[in-house]
Amino acid sequence: MTLTTLPLTVTMAKSIELRIFRQDGEDSAPYWDEFSLPWQENMNVIACLMEIQMHPVNKAGKRINPVVWESNCLEEVCGACSMVINGMPRQACSALVDKLAQPISIAPLSKFKTVRDLVVDRQPMFNALTKVKAWVPIDGTYDLGPGPKISPADAERMYDFARCMTCGCCMEACPQFNANSPFIGPAPLGQANLFSQHPTASMNNDERLAAVMGVGGVADCGKAQNCAKVCPKEIPLTEAIAELGRETTKQLVKDLLAKGAPRSFGGPAA
Amino acid sequence: MSKYIIVGGGLAGLMASIKLAEGGHDVMLFSIVPVKRSHSVCAQGGINAAVNIKGEDDSPEIHTFDTIKGGDFLAQQPPVKEMCYAAPGIIYMLDRMGVAFSRTAEGNLDFRRFGGTLHHRTAFAGATTGQQLLYALDEQTRRWEAEGKVKKYEGWEALSVVKDEAGNCRGLCAVHLSSMRVQTFAADAVILASGGPGQIYRQSTHSMVNTGAIVSSVFQQGAAYGNPEMIQIHPTAIPGNDKLRLMSESARGEGGRVWVPKRKGDNRDPKEIPEAERWYFLEEKYPRFKNLVPRDVASREIYHAAVDLGMGVGGNLMVYLDLTHIDKATLNRKLGGILEIYEKFTGEDPREVPMKIFPAMHYSMGGLWVDYEAKADGFLNRNSPRNQQTTIPGLYAIGECDYQYHGANRLGANSLLSCIFSGQLVAPAVGAYTKASKLAEASAGVFEAERKRWEDRLDGIGRMQGKENPYALHRELGALMVENVSIVRDNDKLRAALVKIQELKARWSDIACVDESGWYNHPKLFINQLWNMLAQAEAITVGALERDESRGAHYKPAFPNRDDDKFMKTTIAHWTPQGVKLAYEEVNTSLYKPVARKYD
Repeated sequence: MTLTTLPLTVTMAKSIELRIFRQDGEDSAPYWDEFSLPWQENMNVIACLMEIQMHPVNKAGKRINPVVWESNCLEEVCGACSMVINGMPRQACSALVDKLAQPISIAPLSKFKTVRDLVVDRQPMFNALTKVKAWVPIDGTYDLGPGPKISPADAERMYDFARCMTCGCCMEACPQFNANSPFIGPAPLGQANLFSQHPTASMNNDERLAAVMGVGGVADCGKAQNCAKVCPKEIPLTEAIAELGRETTKQLVKDLLAKGAPRSFGGPAA
Repeated sequence: MSKYIIVGGGLAGLMASIKLAEGGHDVMLFSIVPVKRSHSVCAQGGINAAVNIKGEDDSPEIHTFDTIKGGDFLAQQPPVKEMCYAAPGIIYMLDRMGVAFSRTAEGNLDFRRFGGTLHHRTAFAGATTGQQLLYALDEQTRRWEAEGKVKKYEGWEALSVVKDEAGNCRGLCAVHLSSMRVQTFAADAVILASGGPGQIYRQSTHSMVNTGAIVSSVFQQGAAYGNPEMIQIHPTAIPGNDKLRLMSESARGEGGRVWVPKRKGDNRDPKEIPEAERWYFLEEKYPRFKNLVPRDVASREIYHAAVDLGMGVGGNLMVYLDLTHIDKATLNRKLGGILEIYEKFTGEDPREVPMKIFPAMHYSMGGLWVDYEAKADGFLNRNSPRNQQTTIPGLYAIGECDYQYHGANRLGANSLLSCIFSGQLVAPAVGAYTKASKLAEASAGVFEAERKRWEDRLDGIGRMQGKENPYALHRELGALMVENVSIVRDNDKLRAALVKIQELKARWSDIACVDESGWYNHPKLFINQLWNMLAQAEAITVGALERDESRGAHYKPAFPNRDDDKFMKTTIAHWTPQGVKLAYEEVNTSLYKPVARKYD
């Protein structure tokens, strides 16, 4: 019997090969763990991790603690399940197994502190949103009538940026953002730019822009453009950073005129 | 100033946080996930408010009636009325917060149509409205956090409430997800805003955190639960192994048409099937509302066509939802977010090919029983401590985890509204409660006892070394509920499901805690959540078994009509050590007398 006469289906029972970069605790040493799972239709990376929860055994046949990860909506709108999958930072829920080369490698985002396995602490991103005052300073939640009229084009432009899930993929891909650099990162700058353009929020642009003018601000962007390439929502982050750069320049000139200029021409110093 | 605990950082919890902080109070906000990742992000289509900018003579009164009729007259009418009249103000507030709502040419807010109404009443931000609303409230909450008025406890899971000797709620017991530390927290009142119990059903549209565990926990601590059997099955979801993802009702609001091939077993590519050979069954049967009948009606019709008549696509419980007749620019502008999702997960472009969709468990109309105080004019007394209060004094519930706004079926785009409205209403209510109750400080003993109870319970779970895998057991429960307690209900099957739930409870005791770690041990917490899901599943199933009629989402072919004489009543479930016990309470129908619910 030649090889070609063998029934292919018998030898081709499909499996999914995974390599997962694990870490038992915040200060533990990381390690790779390998898994082989039965293939099923419509699987994404989350479904693979769920399979490991139900059968916590690795490829070597060793009983292991199930892999821990973060996820919530599973429809790419909450931003929880960011991981580095086959070298790309992305949402695990929309990473379909049939479209990934195997073995599929899965690692936590490296730019944030690992809590356990694929869980990382993205609190610095939320802190950055406070720093850039990513909000509209409304007078109160009581009924004060409608907000400002906004053209459909402006509303759509704002909507593009407002879809940022604070997932951290852009931060992972950015060569300037890391633990040793003060750079605030692309996502918070995108939000700073969003609010700097809102008719009401722009009223406190001086404070918002001040937060991104100094060290670690918009000028620290290295223009690698990785952020926009990996954003799962295709937010034009590089445009946002460029716009914000122009705004900060204008603000700088304004500040100079307001503070410095009159004194250099006037009478005796106070 | 008083101190309040809020559990859950979705729309309801964040709205309550902002209102309380604005009133000068201190807020402790507990959430399993960072609040920006709460399940509210999944709401797609929009939020209802009768702002009436389309010259259609819409009004809050019509919105009130549509909501009550949509819920098949099981909703409490005064709270619904108060909500619908507050809705336009809520939209304006969100607008001022900077929500990127879609706009008309003049720069006004745009509104689209949704199910169960003939008016354009739904404001929207593309097709990710829930996400956009949540982000606006998240931003405002962060502002108050920066002011020191809101303290977030993200990465904490609520386990129970702390009750004093008199049975008043005095605080919360919670566990820190990574350190696994169990701790209690005192407050003047606790507000649950923890969302729905979708994880009880296999492949629901809910998020991973929506186990409803804390709601079930307080139910087991004595809080009454209203209308547990009222579970919404959304007619249109996208296939998936891990979950069925929602395909928004806005797809139909923007003109999407539901059909199956006229010839049974017609397996041609849908694009090859000519117009005359397609059966638009909703349009045929409901010439007035067409594809925009309420969700319970649409799900039943899909079930009827696909299962009873065997005409589902490929012989499955599946039909086509077709947008291909609408121009691509309009689709991208109004529905872009959800079309991208469909494309990413199925690999097919819904602008070119009709979508294949299924019904999926989507929302719980039922929830913790909460009170309200109506005035003679049918509106609420906004300063009453009774509003949104559960049967445990000092414990309040808002958002999807309360029961009173949607009756037997929720209309699309009313959930974002009820979340934000109840979040607003609860703030003066807890304030009034604190003033009126004048409780002395609770003894340290009640806090320590509750902490010890949970520490012991979690330690016990950690030592479980039985044969069952908790995640596999969870799948069994989910499949059982989908099979027996969803669109079509039958008493024999419901009884069998109850027997099976008891069996699953027995097998729960034989679980293995598959993780040995003392750090970020998910299985340990999940095993506790699973117990709570089993208790809640029992309440849902008993509620369904005992309601021998058909009303809204609750449909029994053996009892095909609504029976107002016997069942114009709220089901009230109580947990007892012997199992779930039911009582019934009259529904407030003081504003609208029940009429036949017709959409044809």
